[in-house]
Amino acid sequence: MTELALLGPILAAMMTAATPLLFAALGELVVEKSGVLNLGVEGMMLVGAVCGFAAAVTTGSSTVGFIGGAAAGAAVSAVFGVLVLFLLANQVATGLALTLFGIGLSALIGQGFVGIPLADLPELNVPGLTDLPVIGKALFGQDALVYLALFMVPAVHWFLFHTRAGLKLRAVGENQSAAHALGYKVIGIRFLAVLFGGAMSGMAGAYLSLSYTPMWAEGLTGGRGWIAVALVVFATWKPARVLVGAWLFGGVTIAQLHIQGLGIEVPSQLLSMLPYIATVVVLVVISRDVARIRLNAPASLGKVFHPDA
Amino acid sequence: MNRRTLGKTLLGGLAAAAVALGAGGFGAGPAAAQEKLKVGFVYVGPVSDHGYSYQHDLGRLAVEKELGDKVTTSYVENVPEGADAERVIEQLAAGGHKLIFTTSFGFMNPTLRVAQRYPDVKFEHATGYRRSKNVATYAARFYEGRTPLGLIAGKMTKSNIIGYIGSFPIPEVVSGINAFTLALREANPQAEVRVVWVNSWYDPGKEAEAAKALIDQGADVISLHTDSPAAIQVAQERGLYAFGQSSDMTRFGPKAHLTAIVDEWDQYYISRVKAVLDGTWKAEDTWGGFKDKMLYLAPYNPALPQDVVALAEKARTDIMEGKRHSFQGPVKDQSGKVVIPAGQNATDEQILKMDWYVEGVVGKVPK
Repeated sequence: MTELALLGPILAAMMTAATPLLFAALGELVVEKSGVLNLGVEGMMLVGAVCGFAAAVTTGSSTVGFIGGAAAGAAVSAVFGVLVLFLLANQVATGLALTLFGIGLSALIGQGFVGIPLADLPELNVPGLTDLPVIGKALFGQDALVYLALFMVPAVHWFLFHTRAGLKLRAVGENQSAAHALGYKVIGIRFLAVLFGGAMSGMAGAYLSLSYTPMWAEGLTGGRGWIAVALVVFATWKPARVLVGAWLFGGVTIAQLHIQGLGIEVPSQLLSMLPYIATVVVLVVISRDVARIRLNAPASLGKVFHPDA
Repeated sequence: MNRRTLGKTLLGGLAAAAVALGAGGFGAGPAAAQEKLKVGFVYVGPVSDHGYSYQHDLGRLAVEKELGDKVTTSYVENVPEGADAERVIEQLAAGGHKLIFTTSFGFMNPTLRVAQRYPDVKFEHATGYRRSKNVATYAARFYEGRTPLGLIAGKMTKSNIIGYIGSFPIPEVVSGINAFTLALREANPQAEVRVVWVNSWYDPGKEAEAAKALIDQGADVISLHTDSPAAIQVAQERGLYAFGQSSDMTRFGPKAHLTAIVDEWDQYYISRVKAVLDGTWKAEDTWGGFKDKMLYLAPYNPALPQDVVALAEKARTDIMEGKRHSFQGPVKDQSGKVVIPAGQNATDEQILKMDWYVEGVVGKVPK
């Protein structure tokens, strides 16, 4: 097999590796746009993964499983929302605590579900298109969740930048006091954003436990929640760039495995570091340009909101 | 077996903290009668990994079953290798445990340090090489199991490419790859082994990705030295074959799963606990294989042809009876240099320090 013939499988695998990152990062992007920093993505993903898996095993339906995962992610994020929005807890500390909580809770829920195999999701097969060289399998041979994740990119973009509700959400994230003065319900809007982020994280986890590796195991997410958080910054809070970032992260992950299999001598640890190095580089580059940060980072990100009046 | 190092440091630490405080933690029931011997176990992974730590826990349960009237056991799971491990081991020692099994390579130095502070507590460290007055070591000759696996792979492959998922390039894993490759080439001189390192003992997502990458490169049999069954699932989905690791993983891919190397600690743990009870415990080294019942093969896949099963079985029994060795000379390294001369077997020291590939493995051992 020539190295070129590997391009198709690499692209196809890259699409699936990028999917959980897309779900989680798009959710976190909306949360951060509303001015809330939720570092509990990893924990919400784990709870979504285990609840989605449990629901799918119990009902025998992957659809119910996926919805269950989203609901569980939203439920856990509601705890976070109440703590930081109503009880004014520190967002960074609460987010980290949420991750720890999610790791323990998912292990507890998952006790009865370890070692149960689950059938894989069916993949799309369009005669003619799926068999196209190189891009066929990547574009036309994936399961439904991969396409749903891709669909969420324009959907989130459209919501944030082309709807009135999206404008309000961004206003709350940019200047909470001004938004409050205008009569927007800062806390209500943020709470909804947090719930959406939780549901998206739950979907990311459910994708992992239903499709990517159809099983439940403790710590199944393997740190992908943290990558998603990094991706939002990498993408400078723009949905389309999240897509590019997710593909880059996914692609490097898959490519480095192929490079090893071919026996090419590059330290695998170095390749594993590449996406993170890229994030640091992007952060350094955008930090040099103060105006660009002002334009992109939500100005009220992470600030506690306490209405004075 | 050596366990994962502190890979995702922050995450691993947090995970361990969470589990120690929350869901997992000390597994034993309430404090039992004073006279009972307290035995502690430290695991690197979750008991639910259905692989390495799971098998150790089966050993612990066997001890409870056999000696439950004289012994109570506790375990701590998900303990990262490093500073946290020392704290956990110390906690067990301070809590009155008189015999403590630390089951991963990276627990070696923490175990020795705690052992120095608790001279009346006996420690057993798995897969390490440093002992002291009250620290014994034990391991299984995992590489022995790779020989029948390699023979089976050689007979079953059609593409002549075997994918091998490695955790970390340490002698234990490298010697497994070599033993596998030697047997593979004996059964099929055209076959080659492609290795992908995932730099983790347990990361289902990454293991699945590695399996997909190897299969996309033409591999039709997957062997692994990581702990999750993710690669078995991938092989099942793609209609190919794979070997399980540490425990029987048949249910994750009934068609794909050819057999598995299964670790078994039951007899060893029972004998060591008895030795402490009898006062005959010594800080010695045990390195057991098929003969010592420290590992066995999971049931063969019914799809395997009879002659292939017979070939694997013969290798296994020959190893048990000492008629065969996984590293029988002449063994050549990748450059063609004879490392183990004809008529000789590899010494234990050569196996324990193995950092080179035999002919038939693609690529170089990462340094």
